[in-house]
Amino acid sequence: MSAVLKVTGMSHWFGGLKAVSNFNFEVPEGAIYGLIGPNGSGKTTTFNLITGIYKPTEGKIEFSGGDITGAKPYRIVRKGVARTFQNLRIFGSMSVLDNVRVARQYAPVSSFLASTLRLPSYKAEERARKAEAMNLLDVLHLSGRAKEQAKNLPYGELRRLEIARALATNPSLLLLDEPAAGMNPKEVQDLMALIARVRDEFKVTVFLIEHHMKFVMGLCERIKVLDFGETIAEGVPELVAKDPRVLEAYLGKKGGH
Amino acid sequence: MKIPRTPWLLVVAAGFWAAVQLLRLVGFNDYYLFIANLSLVYVILAVSLNLINGIIGQFSLGHMGFAAVGAYVSGSITTLIFKLSPNVAAHYPGFVLALVAGGVAAALVGVAIGFPTLRLKGDYLAIVTLGFGEIIRTVFNNIDAVGGPRGLLGIPKFSTFTVILAFALITVAVIRNIAESAHGRNMIAIRENELAADLVGIDTTGYKVKAFALGAFFAGIGGGLYAHLLQIAHPTQFGFIYSVQVLIMVYAGGVGSLTGSVLAAFALTILTQLLKSGLSSLKSLTGLPIGGDWYMVLYALLLILIMLYRTEGLMGTREAKLMVIPEEDDK
Ligand SMILES: Nc1ncnc2c1ncn2[C@@H]1O[C@H](COP(=O)(O)OP(=O)(O)O)[C@@H](O)[C@H]1O
Ligand SMILES: [Mg+2]
Repeated sequence: MSAVLKVTGMSHWFGGLKAVSNFNFEVPEGAIYGLIGPNGSGKTTTFNLITGIYKPTEGKIEFSGGDITGAKPYRIVRKGVARTFQNLRIFGSMSVLDNVRVARQYAPVSSFLASTLRLPSYKAEERARKAEAMNLLDVLHLSGRAKEQAKNLPYGELRRLEIARALATNPSLLLLDEPAAGMNPKEVQDLMALIARVRDEFKVTVFLIEHHMKFVMGLCERIKVLDFGETIAEGVPELVAKDPRVLEAYLGKKGGH
Repeated sequence: MKIPRTPWLLVVAAGFWAAVQLLRLVGFNDYYLFIANLSLVYVILAVSLNLINGIIGQFSLGHMGFAAVGAYVSGSITTLIFKLSPNVAAHYPGFVLALVAGGVAAALVGVAIGFPTLRLKGDYLAIVTLGFGEIIRTVFNNIDAVGGPRGLLGIPKFSTFTVILAFALITVAVIRNIAESAHGRNMIAIRENELAADLVGIDTTGYKVKAFALGAFFAGIGGGLYAHLLQIAHPTQFGFIYSVQVLIMVYAGGVGSLTGSVLAAFALTILTQLLKSGLSSLKSLTGLPIGGDWYMVLYALLLILIMLYRTEGLMGTREAKLMVIPEEDDK
């Protein structure tokens, strides 16, 4: 299988802090790949580098065979990389439906003139946008909420709304930053099934950050473990879970060093 | 058979036009008509500023700079035509073209300012736009060909009530249709969360430049109408304080609500005139040193009160029914 995402020798400094250090990996097409590590180990920064929010100090990021290192975020998205955020970034005053359909940017929007005059081409485009968004809301069990203002939704539903919005960009790679954070065990269980379903139904590759061990171990086919920006382990969940360096990074934290 | 929607905006504008024509017969004098005209000019300025400050959530403090460009460019063109043959009625098409030329010039200035500055956020953008607004004004103050500090005089009086109302209607309709379109949705997303907007694939910088250009275009039209109403384009008419006045209209009406901007433009223009004459007569009655210009103090107070007690203004981001375009399949 070919690699959807390939990162080579990526490092990133924030001033004197090396947040990500010599990051290397390939994510095969169709995989569910996990990224774990203690707080502050550089996971979110890795997402920010891949999505173009920061340009890596060193290294190269390739997506679907093309170099995307340092490209503008909106261009990277349009190439097919979508993400959710650890700290939700919802368009709060917009409706749930609008949150999703605003993300359909891969297809061109009619000119200002055609939109202002509501020409038939614009209307057809709007119908397509709405139909696609409603379908996504259905998949994420949010269609009953379509008309509500997004900021009024409970936390668990906002997490799902972010996934719906990310899918609306028509991605081939979906990055999820702690999608289960703040969910109860039942919601976490449902989310696992949902992510697996999304992967199959939308033919996306999933790369996710999560703290929930059961979640990661149960869902991911491969895992990469970061500690202080360094990769300390990588492989299938069963082996990573037994890795002494991983145990130390996690248990050592608990031991309070 | 599909029944076409009633164009309520047009109906309201036509109603307003008819009402003023009727009132003209029963003592609605030239002064009242002037206030109506001025209110409509401010509708154009406030609604176009709301596109920038409200819909896409940037913070421009130099709107009158764009109005100045429109005023001087269109005013220069029409005075020239007028000198060649002083027949106002024959020159209306030329006047409309001159207004549009003024709008386009303002939009170009908007783009020229927008590209380097729109990376700036919040306060920084406000300060830079304020600076540019003043620069534009100072430039006109120093060009002899447009009268320098004396101003551009002898502009023919093309801005009749009907013309101003027609342009106000077009401005409101166009900006509403954009705000209510997919482009408007993209702009509102930028206002709500710029990073997230970027990361769903919206070209945030591109949109900011376009919104700036469009807002500047209509401000240029507004400025042109203003100059052809007062028959003069003078650097002091476009000072920072007037940019603030338009800004207060936008905030008083509700940032993000076009309905609010329209209502506030009327309310505050009328209030200004009442205050000016009220303060002047108070001065002559009591001898207190408070001239008509002190209305600005009350404006500043109003801004402070809005910021303290009602940040959402009159309307918040709500719109009147006639400002909303319903979706096809939900009746
Ligand atoms: N924009 C930034 N500027 C400076 N330091 C940052 C920035 N973003 C993250 N960091 C630092 O980089 C390190 C990694 O952070 P992050 O990637 O958010 O960790 P996590 O693995 O918890 O997602 C932390 O020490 C954090 O404080
Ligand atoms: Mg994180």
